[in-house]
Amino acid sequence: MSTDTPDAPSDDAPSDEPPSRTELAARVDELEEALAEATTEDDTKKMSIIATKGTLDMAYPPLILASTAAAFGYEVTVFHTFWGLDILHEERSKNLKLSSVGNPNMPMPNAVAAIPGMDRVTTKMMEKKIADNDTATIEELLETSLDMGVEFQACQMTIGLMDYDEADFYDGVTTGVGAATALQDMAEADIQLLV
Amino acid sequence: MNAEFDIAETLDVKGASCPMPVVKTKSATDDLDAGDVLEVLATDPGSMSDIDGWAAGTEGVKLVDQEEGDDVYRHYVRKTA
Repeated sequence: MSTDTPDAPSDDAPSDEPPSRTELAARVDELEEALAEATTEDDTKKMSIIATKGTLDMAYPPLILASTAAAFGYEVTVFHTFWGLDILHEERSKNLKLSSVGNPNMPMPNAVAAIPGMDRVTTKMMEKKIADNDTATIEELLETSLDMGVEFQACQMTIGLMDYDEADFYDGVTTGVGAATALQDMAEADIQLLV
Repeated sequence: MNAEFDIAETLDVKGASCPMPVVKTKSATDDLDAGDVLEVLATDPGSMSDIDGWAAGTEGVKLVDQEEGDDVYRHYVRKTA
């Protein structure tokens, strides 16, 4: 039982020469370049929000987060679809309503909340609270976010579905985009939110 | 007012609430030169945590001090780059 394994220099040792200094230097340069590219590309953080709701209360979170993320230096995209389009609609955004039904936290029973005109009452109450608390209006938040470079997108399919016109939206809003655009943004983003 | 640093600009966001103190602070620091300190006067109690968090998570700014006064919160932000 021989344990002795001949440790002879392997005969199929690579015959080619080790890389030269210049070859190694070139390889290092190449890698450093690739590293620099990779690190600069990922430098800017990204956030992608999908805004689907157009009630007064639900219009706030996407805009507050968008403007705040922009203040952090994020690249922000907000993709608006269905009633979320109303936030970007120049006329309708100034007139967003708060629903009095379907919210058990409202200080009235649903049977009362369903009376015609109640949405107007709850909306007025909310608007007064917003004014009393010096909370920014939807229009202010939108203008501020646009100034800060937030990209607002209006989903093309739902523009048609809701019978809106591309000219109805604020200047600076991107139209002509769909789910694939949103998906691509989400795939590249560090934060993705559906509101 | 403070011996450790000179204040280059003062931003008054008294009355404004979230997210405006942070958003306006960011805009104001954009106009500063590197090394300058911005003083921010706010009444929003959330501004203590928010401006701290914003400064920690944002490149090119550093929170140098915060003071909680009777009704006014003072924040001092240095533009570092």
